[in-house]
Amino acid sequence: MVKIDKKTNLELYRQMLTIRYFEEQVDKAYMEGKIHGTGHLYIGMEGVAAGAILALDKKDVITSTHRGHGHCIAKGADTSLMMAELLGKATGYCKGKGGSMHIADINLGNLGANGIVGGGIAIATGAALAIKQQKTGQIVMCFFGDGATNQGVFHESLNMASIWDLPVLYIIENNLYGMGFPVSKAVNIKKLSRRACSYGMEGLTIDGNDAVGIYKTCKKLIKKVREESKPILLECLSYRYKGHSRMDAERYRTKKEIEKWKSKDSIIRHKKYLLDNKVATKEEIRAMEDSVKKTIEKAREFALSSPYPDKGQALEDVYAKIN
Amino acid sequence: MRELYYLDAIKEAITQEMQKDPKVFLIGEDVGVYGGAFGLTVGMIEDLGPDRIVDTPISEQGIVGVGIGAALMGQKPIVEIMFSDFLLLTMEQIANQAAKIHYMFGGKASVPLVIRTPGGGGTGAAAQHSQSIEAILNHIPGLKIIMPSTPYDAKGLLLSAIDDPNPVIFIEHKLLYKKVKGEVPEKRYTIPLGKADIKRKGKDLTVVATSYMVQKVLSIAKNISKEGIDIEVIDPRTIKPLDLKTIIESVKKTGRVVLVEEACYTGGFTSYLASEIQAKAFDWLDAPIARITGFDCPIPYSKVLEDVVIPGEERIGEGIRGVVKF
Repeated sequence: MVKIDKKTNLELYRQMLTIRYFEEQVDKAYMEGKIHGTGHLYIGMEGVAAGAILALDKKDVITSTHRGHGHCIAKGADTSLMMAELLGKATGYCKGKGGSMHIADINLGNLGANGIVGGGIAIATGAALAIKQQKTGQIVMCFFGDGATNQGVFHESLNMASIWDLPVLYIIENNLYGMGFPVSKAVNIKKLSRRACSYGMEGLTIDGNDAVGIYKTCKKLIKKVREESKPILLECLSYRYKGHSRMDAERYRTKKEIEKWKSKDSIIRHKKYLLDNKVATKEEIRAMEDSVKKTIEKAREFALSSPYPDKGQALEDVYAKIN
Repeated sequence: MRELYYLDAIKEAITQEMQKDPKVFLIGEDVGVYGGAFGLTVGMIEDLGPDRIVDTPISEQGIVGVGIGAALMGQKPIVEIMFSDFLLLTMEQIANQAAKIHYMFGGKASVPLVIRTPGGGGTGAAAQHSQSIEAILNHIPGLKIIMPSTPYDAKGLLLSAIDDPNPVIFIEHKLLYKKVKGEVPEKRYTIPLGKADIKRKGKDLTVVATSYMVQKVLSIAKNISKEGIDIEVIDPRTIKPLDLKTIIESVKKTGRVVLVEEACYTGGFTSYLASEIQAKAFDWLDAPIARITGFDCPIPYSKVLEDVVIPGEERIGEGIRGVVKF
C-alpha cells in the first residue's frame, strides 16, 4: 500500500491550485484580448497531471498534449515563462515562437506539448528506448487524450513499447470528448484501457478526479515500469469544464453534465480530504491559496511587462547550429 | 585507392560511426537478421548487436517518432525507411514534429536524427516503390536533404548528416547501390552539407543534376563532347541547404543551363532552382533554362513504359542540344 505523507498531500494541493489559478488567469487574458492565439484549458482535469507527475522522480521525463499547461506546471515549469509564452513575449519559454501548444523544458524533463493529437506518443516511446539504451533508470510518462487512442500512431507506439519492454507509463486522459465527438460514439468499448490487452500490456482505468488515488496508483505503476521495464496503459476518467478551445459553442454537451462533473471537482475534493483527515488546517490551506495566487499574479505581471520579440527573431532558430 | 560500391560506402560510414560513438544506432524494418531490403545491413547485427541494429515492426510513422524521441534524449538515431515512398506514411512525424521542434521550442531543443531511405525508379517496382519525393520534403523548413550520387559523396555526406544537430533526410538511389563503384578512403572524412561538387568541368553549358541523374549526365557528357559540346556537370549533393553560389558561377561562365531530375515535372526541385538562376544570373543567360524531369505521371511497371517516364540519356541529350542550338 502506497502511503502519502503530509508534505506530498500539500504539494498535491499546491500543484492543482497552481494549475487552476494559472488557467483561470489565461482564460481572463483571453477575454481581455491579451492573448492573440488559441489555447486549450486544463480546468477540471488538474488531479491527473498533479497526481501522476508528483509520483515521478525528478529525473523522469514526460510528453504532453495540446491541453498541456497542467503537465507543464506539474513538471516544475516556471509559470511566469509560461504566461509570457502565451502572450507571445520574447521572455516566454519558446521566445514567443511556440505558444500554448508547444511549451517544452528539456532540462526539467518535459519533452514538449504537442499540437497534433497523438503526436507525442511515438516520441515518448523513442525517449524510453533511449533511456533503455543509456541505462539511466528513468521512465517516461506519456500523456494523451481519449481521441489520440484512435490514431494509428497510438497502436504503432504501444506495440513497439511492449515488444521492446520499454519503461513508459502511457496515460489516457479521458475527458469524454475528442473535441466535440463523444468517446461513446468514437469507440465501441467501455474502457479505453482495455486496448492494452492487444499489446500484451497491463491496462487499468481509474477515477481521474481523485488526486490522491491517482498519485497512489501511479506510484505503484511507476515502480513496476521502472523495475521491470514494462510499459503500462493507465486511463484516468476526468472532465474539462471549459470548451475544447477558445472557439467552442459546446453544442455537444449540457450544462447539467458540466455541473455534475463540477460537483466531483478534484481540488474541492482534496481540500475536504486535507481538512477531514486533519492533514492541514484551514489557515495552512488559506496561506497556500494566497501564495499560489501571488505566484500567478506575478506571472501575469511578468508576462504583461515583458517585451515582444524583435521582428528579426522570426527567421531565427529554424535550424540548430552545428557545434 | 580502393574502390567501394555505393551501398558498401554507406554501410562503412554507419559501421565506423557506430564503433566510434555509442549514441549512434540504426533502426528500421528488417535491418537486422534480414540485412535490409537491399542487403545494405547484412552482417551488422552480428557485429553490433540487436540493441544497436534495431529491427522494428512495420510501423513507419512510429519508427520515425521513436527516432525523434531518442534524439531528444541525446541519442543519435539513424532511421531506415525501406522505400522513400513509405516516408509519405511518416510525414506527420517528419513535418510536424522533427522539422519544427527546434523552432517551436525557441531553439532550446534539437533533433539530431538521420532518416536514410532508398528513392527513385528504374527497378520495375512500379508506382509505390519508385517515387522521387524530395520536392515534398524540400518544402518543409527545418529539414536538410541529401542526395548523393557517388560512393565517395555517400560516405562523407552520411557522416556529416550524423554529426548534424538537425533532422536530415538522406536519399539513396537504388540503382546506384550495386552499380556504381568509386574510390572511397577507409579513414573517416566528412563532406560539408551545402557544398556542390563540379563532377565535370566544361565551358559550353551547365547541367545541374541530382542523384542517379548525375551518373546518366556524366555518361552523356563523353558522347556529346564528340559533337563539340563541352558540358559542365554540377551535383548539388545536398538540395537543402543548396549551394547556389557554385551553380550561379558556372551559369555565368557558360550562359546556358539544363536542369535534370528524376522527380515529376510540376513543382520539382529544379523548378525552384530555375527560378533562382533566372533571378541571380538573368543577364548572363543566352538561352531559356531547360528542365528535363520525370513526367507528371506515376512510375509505370513495364520497362518500356518506365523508360518513357524517367528521363533517359536520349531525352537528356536532346535537351542539351536544344539549349546549345537556341
